[in-house]
Amino acid sequence: MIILPNIEGDSAYSFSLTTFSRTGKLLQIEYALNAVSNGRLSLGIATSDGVVIATDKKVSSPLIDVDNVGKISEIEKGMGFVYSGLGPDARVVVRDARKKAKSYKLMYGEEKTVTEVVKSTASLMQQYTQSGGVRPFGCSILAAGLDENNTPLLYQVDPSGVFMGWRATAIGKGYVSAKGFLEKRWNEDMGIEDGIHTALLTMREGFEGEITGKNIEVGVLRKDTGEFKVLTEEEVQDYLNESS
Amino acid sequence: MSILEYNGAAIIAMAGKNCVGIAADTRLGVQAQTVACDFKKVFKMGDKLFVGLAGLASDVQTLDQLLTFRKNLYELKEEREMKPKVFSAMLSSILYEKRFGPYFAEPVVAGLDDDGKPFLSAMDLIGAPVYTDDFVVSGTCTGNLYGMCETLYKPDLEPDDLFETLAQALLASVDRDALSGWGGVVHIITKEGVTSRELKGRQD
Repeated sequence: MIILPNIEGDSAYSFSLTTFSRTGKLLQIEYALNAVSNGRLSLGIATSDGVVIATDKKVSSPLIDVDNVGKISEIEKGMGFVYSGLGPDARVVVRDARKKAKSYKLMYGEEKTVTEVVKSTASLMQQYTQSGGVRPFGCSILAAGLDENNTPLLYQVDPSGVFMGWRATAIGKGYVSAKGFLEKRWNEDMGIEDGIHTALLTMREGFEGEITGKNIEVGVLRKDTGEFKVLTEEEVQDYLNESS
Repeated sequence: MSILEYNGAAIIAMAGKNCVGIAADTRLGVQAQTVACDFKKVFKMGDKLFVGLAGLASDVQTLDQLLTFRKNLYELKEEREMKPKVFSAMLSSILYEKRFGPYFAEPVVAGLDDDGKPFLSAMDLIGAPVYTDDFVVSGTCTGNLYGMCETLYKPDLEPDDLFETLAQALLASVDRDALSGWGGVVHIITKEGVTSRELKGRQD
């Protein structure tokens, strides 16, 4: 006689991996946050006339073609994401955000505000902490955008589904000291050009090796044009030369 | 006979100077037989936003409920008021989602946007929109309504004159339509607030 090892089939494995520990912690989420803090540093600064996001894109081998590495993505006109942590996981988040932003445009005839994009990204991340057969995302997101009154905003979204607004913040390896550095540098009436220089200065602090236009990536959202642009290697290098 | 003409309706929305008006008849019929003279076809969607729904009475009421639900949900989610432009786009999408089994109603949207400028739009039952800056009509006597609006409309009417124009255009139009009339209602929307008046109209 054949005895089936598991008569319940797949259902026995369909519980959530994210279960409370006896001390009330969700360990899988804490591990996901560890994956983020092991990732490359990213930072963002919101200024009075724009937002800058920047990230370290150092690669593990000199043979990798860095031109094909992009960690900053445009979600819709005037909105950009940067991540720290697992790249493939971030790609899923970016794809979802783009799709939802476009279907919002189709439904309401106007662009989704960054606040709404962040809310839906956060709820996607929350769902992945409570569903069966999945694991939490191994990445945090910094989102740059404008609200309906054209005010520049910077948000952070974590794998737990928490989201919050910041004037300036950092995620990934060395984020504590980067945040400390930003706390000293940020002020109410800094412009976008000051913001870019401050971002590069903060990236340079604690950077392993020489910082160049090749190994960091910078995205700039300008309030006057309402456009988000990822700077080219040459543009980043020019900003670096200006400040050194 | 089209199902859009089963119950009968006449709706006009018109722009004035920093104000808009929307007027509708109040008849509910079953083809030629009149059933009620107090049927609601214009719905308040916000402080400065109205929608008029002409067509099959059951779909008119269903759409009103659906639009109220979707607008309330949007406002709770986004913590801001829905602009007339956005409301109109949403309504158009809702209608087109049912492209092959449509709601049998042709809506008219009238409202004031953020800077107090009039917003007018109308669409067919599958949500193809038309935006105008003078007037839009919908219902079973659109020919009559267009004729009256084209003769009576003047740009930049004050709220009181806009009311008079709407009331006259509506009453004159429904006199030559068997499926609409039997009283009417006019809402005038200004930055200060909304004035609603009921019209008696001919009862024959």
